[in-house]
Amino acid sequence: MTPARRSGPAVIIWVIAALALALLVLPLLGILLSAPWPHLPALLVAPETLQALGLSLLTGVISTFCCLVLGIPLAVVLARSVGWAVVPRRLLRAAVTVPLVLPPVVGGLALLLLLGRNGILGKYLAQLGITLPFTTGAVVIAQTFVAMPFLVFAVEGALRGADRRVELAAASLGATPFQVFRTITVPLVAPGIAAGAVLCFARALGEFGATITFAGSYPGVTRTLPIASYLASQTDLNQSIALALVLLVVSVAVLLGLRDRWLPGVRG
Amino acid sequence: MRIERADFPTSVTLDVRAGQPLALVGPNGAGKTTVLHAIAGHLPIMIGSIQLGDRELVELAPEARRIGVVFQDFLLFPHLTVADNVAYGLRMCGSGRKPARAATLPWLERFDLSDLAGRYPHELSGGQAQRVALARALAAEPEALLLDEPMAALDVEIRDEVRAQLADHLRDFAGPTVIVTHSAADVAALAADVVVLERGAVTQRGTWESLRAAPATPYVARLVERREE
Repeated sequence: MTPARRSGPAVIIWVIAALALALLVLPLLGILLSAPWPHLPALLVAPETLQALGLSLLTGVISTFCCLVLGIPLAVVLARSVGWAVVPRRLLRAAVTVPLVLPPVVGGLALLLLLGRNGILGKYLAQLGITLPFTTGAVVIAQTFVAMPFLVFAVEGALRGADRRVELAAASLGATPFQVFRTITVPLVAPGIAAGAVLCFARALGEFGATITFAGSYPGVTRTLPIASYLASQTDLNQSIALALVLLVVSVAVLLGLRDRWLPGVRG
Repeated sequence: MRIERADFPTSVTLDVRAGQPLALVGPNGAGKTTVLHAIAGHLPIMIGSIQLGDRELVELAPEARRIGVVFQDFLLFPHLTVADNVAYGLRMCGSGRKPARAATLPWLERFDLSDLAGRYPHELSGGQAQRVALARALAAEPEALLLDEPMAALDVEIRDEVRAQLADHLRDFAGPTVIVTHSAADVAALAADVVVLERGAVTQRGTWESLRAAPATPYVARLVERREE
């Protein structure tokens, strides 16, 4: 094959890749270009903005924590499901993947039907005096629901890449299965856990559909940044753009942190 | 220690006397490592038994067997220092950080690892990693010791020296020891007794000298010749 023939497809690929990148980046540039820069300082320190930002960060951190506690064991089970029969293995994988492909509004509706005041589980919770819908707790549940797959898949990938035989070595030294999990498995996949947590937090931060359906939009209680931005876009576009800008900056900052920095100390 | 494994495709009976290391030799695919993992508890034994002293181990989980294992590529914990690798067994048995550290010091000294205590496994040479693996296994105070191809991961040039050191350390260990290898040099230097495993079945057993005097199969004949080259 001649160099000239090889460079042909490469150029087309470069052009298409550039188009794809433009589709991803140009709309964001649009936000920057239309931002009401002169009014921005005032809009950013407005109580509604700070309230929404604070709520978003708080719920994002809590739901990321929930994803870590619940998602790491789920990732372990998923990684070990390789040896299972086909049907349960595929069902498990589908169940973990569903929140990724489901419209978040549907997820929110499902949560409402399950945990709402007259919901399947919700009515029992109500008897115990626990009401979830339209509370900050509901925001956390909605975010955990949509963000969990990001964590599970990142950790599962790390588990598959790790040399699991060191777990046998740990067992031969007297470690129980839970001790092996805590002292060997988790540290071994720490980079995957960190990467998953970052993606999880970014997804939770941007969560809109499930939150507004299941938790509503009460200022200071459930009105997170994306919801505040959407509501403002109906009345005050400048306010909406300012909120969107905050969301964009926080998200990009979080994702820029997603680098090699969490490689375990062993390599540092 | 007495091991009986009658499972298909590998069935074998081993009598291992304390202080008399037993070499389990055989060509690749003979089932040596399978037997080793069965003793350690990583693979189940469906038909058979493992007697260690007056304990029956077959039904026990790996962590309850008190059998130390030195793996072929050592399998040190990459996120722990040399000292923490060696202390791992004690920590898992409930020792606090400080007592475990203190109990580990003599082991580090004995295996010439004191200067390396703060290093991570990727900073070690092959010979050093092997010493850590052995120290880690012995510091957990096992009642028996298994070594899987202990020289295979080492550079050829250093094998003789490391093998001599390993022989010294094995002499100090009071419990039964099984060494899986396909190296004649390992057998001659490390083991008192030999069991030859070919295609899942024992084809000869005895001392190295008795194997050399009367090899029972073409494989054993080739094995003893290799040593004399």
